[in-house]
Amino acid sequence: MLMTKRQPRTIGRRRRGTPSSWARGGGLSTLLFLLPMIVVFGAFSWYPIVRTVIMSLQHTNLVQPAKWVGLQNFRNVIHDPLFPIAVKNTAEFAGLALIIGYPIPLVAAVLMSEVRRLRGVYSALAYLPVVIPPVVAVLLWKTFYSGGPTGVFNTVLGWVHLGPYPWLQSQHTAMPSLVLESTWANAGGTVIIYLAALTGVNRELYEAAAVDGASLWHKIWHITLPQLRGVLLVTMILQIIGTAQVFLEPYLFTSGGPNNSTVTVLLLIFNYAFGNSLGGDYGSATALSLMLAAFLAVLSLVYLRATRAWSTS
Amino acid sequence: MTDVAVERSVDQAVITAADWRRPRVRLGVGAAQVVLLGGLVVLGLGPLLWLAKSAVTPTPDTLQQPMALFPHGIAWGNLRQAWFDVRVGRYFWNTVVLAIGAWAAQLFVATTAGFALSVLRPRYAKLITGLLLGTLFVPAVVLLVPLYIEIVHPPLINHSFIDSYWAVWLPAGASAFNVVLVKRFMDNLPREIFDAARVDGAGAFRLFFSVALPMSRPILGVVSVFAVLASWKDFLWPLLVLTNPDEQPLSVRLPSIQAQTDLGVFLAALFIATLVPIAAFLIFQRTFLRGSGLGGAIKG
Repeated sequence: MLMTKRQPRTIGRRRRGTPSSWARGGGLSTLLFLLPMIVVFGAFSWYPIVRTVIMSLQHTNLVQPAKWVGLQNFRNVIHDPLFPIAVKNTAEFAGLALIIGYPIPLVAAVLMSEVRRLRGVYSALAYLPVVIPPVVAVLLWKTFYSGGPTGVFNTVLGWVHLGPYPWLQSQHTAMPSLVLESTWANAGGTVIIYLAALTGVNRELYEAAAVDGASLWHKIWHITLPQLRGVLLVTMILQIIGTAQVFLEPYLFTSGGPNNSTVTVLLLIFNYAFGNSLGGDYGSATALSLMLAAFLAVLSLVYLRATRAWSTS
Repeated sequence: MTDVAVERSVDQAVITAADWRRPRVRLGVGAAQVVLLGGLVVLGLGPLLWLAKSAVTPTPDTLQQPMALFPHGIAWGNLRQAWFDVRVGRYFWNTVVLAIGAWAAQLFVATTAGFALSVLRPRYAKLITGLLLGTLFVPAVVLLVPLYIEIVHPPLINHSFIDSYWAVWLPAGASAFNVVLVKRFMDNLPREIFDAARVDGAGAFRLFFSVALPMSRPILGVVSVFAVLASWKDFLWPLLVLTNPDEQPLSVRLPSIQAQTDLGVFLAALFIATLVPIAAFLIFQRTFLRGSGLGGAIKG
């Protein structure tokens, strides 16, 4: 084809001129194609984002006109005795998820990438829990966690003379139980990401290391992990952002109990807005959600700054 | 996998052929892999198999000996009771209808916007793309309350959309991730084809329907699979805007029926709710296992 690579586009190009020449040049049909997206995003994304900021500064009860109250909603949230508990619990969930859930996919993926036969079966098995609808997964695990000696987990642990454990019914074991289920439900997705990243590791490095007589551990420690650095850093911050917004597990497993030991920030937001049948405290709910969003944004920026020196790019 | 591919994947690995010949490495890695496979079977498949077994086990057996295999026979009636008496059948179809609508909305918005931003590229495309990418950084919870209020008291329209499926379908369309996926795919289509079609006199609509859409089929498949699955998994939003039990999808109904449902029947309901996603996964395995890696790469 006799065409230069950077052909100036005919339809997209706008000649400076009158609106009618703009329309004849295809401007109108372009706008028509963008219309569904502009309407849907405008109504269900851009407008609600702006509205959250406004509502966090107002008292709204949907009956009377909204009243401006300045930062009162933010003060209410901070002085709520449940607020520090929710922050502590959310941090505990995120921290435990990092300790339990972060290394597992990495170890699994490194091992799986060495499998020579049936690798597809390995990754399919690892991904299976991700496919199960989260509500079903939580309700199924709720059955597993049944506290009596004939609960599923307690039966299995009974075979090796452990337990019975109270799982969800004790404030000391409830949060770790939530983390366990959440790790099980999400690890598969991370495994797949690591597997994809592992295929990108330069194999000449392995060969060079082998010539130098490096052991297997040396190769993993000095080649595989440094090469995965970029991906590892990203999955870590994504996991923190995700676990900071944990809702389904505390809502369905424990409703925040026992003794408020699993009330998380999102559960608190939900309870502010929808927990009271007499009418929601929408001001506090939006104020807290904005505080969470701001915290996560700052955290991400600090994280990216701090890790810039280590990441590959 | 062809022989060449196998050989290459072996070369790629940490363990070189020389390592592999050493008996200690062979034994150690082999054992680790067997343990891994065993762990994956127990953790990945185990809960599902248990659910399948318990869905047809009489409730007293599940309560007293949860790990025994049918000590007192099989209760096929659980499935029938769940489908008809607990009305899982009804909720199942609600879920299907919600998924189809959400899929259509997402595909419509993603293809038209992706096409406009990638192929037509108006001067303001940069601004729109920026606003679009910006939404990816906003946690979903920020939207929850104002979106809910918008559905209860929509501006301009004096009519509540609570209990209307449109309240679930339309907001599903606002997925920046989908638009970005389609746009990126269309960015990589050869420009020459669009230019040739334009020379032949094709307008924007012709370009869209006859060139861009047919050539984008692979990415439309990816978007479709993930759209349907995401809708199937959705819980919080339908819980808020669909208050009539007759209209609610499975994910919303399952937690509420738990208290007054016999455990065996309840587990049968859970099992039914899992079937479609599992079947979709088995059929579109490649899409899942490649697509989620793709998602991670883009999100990062």
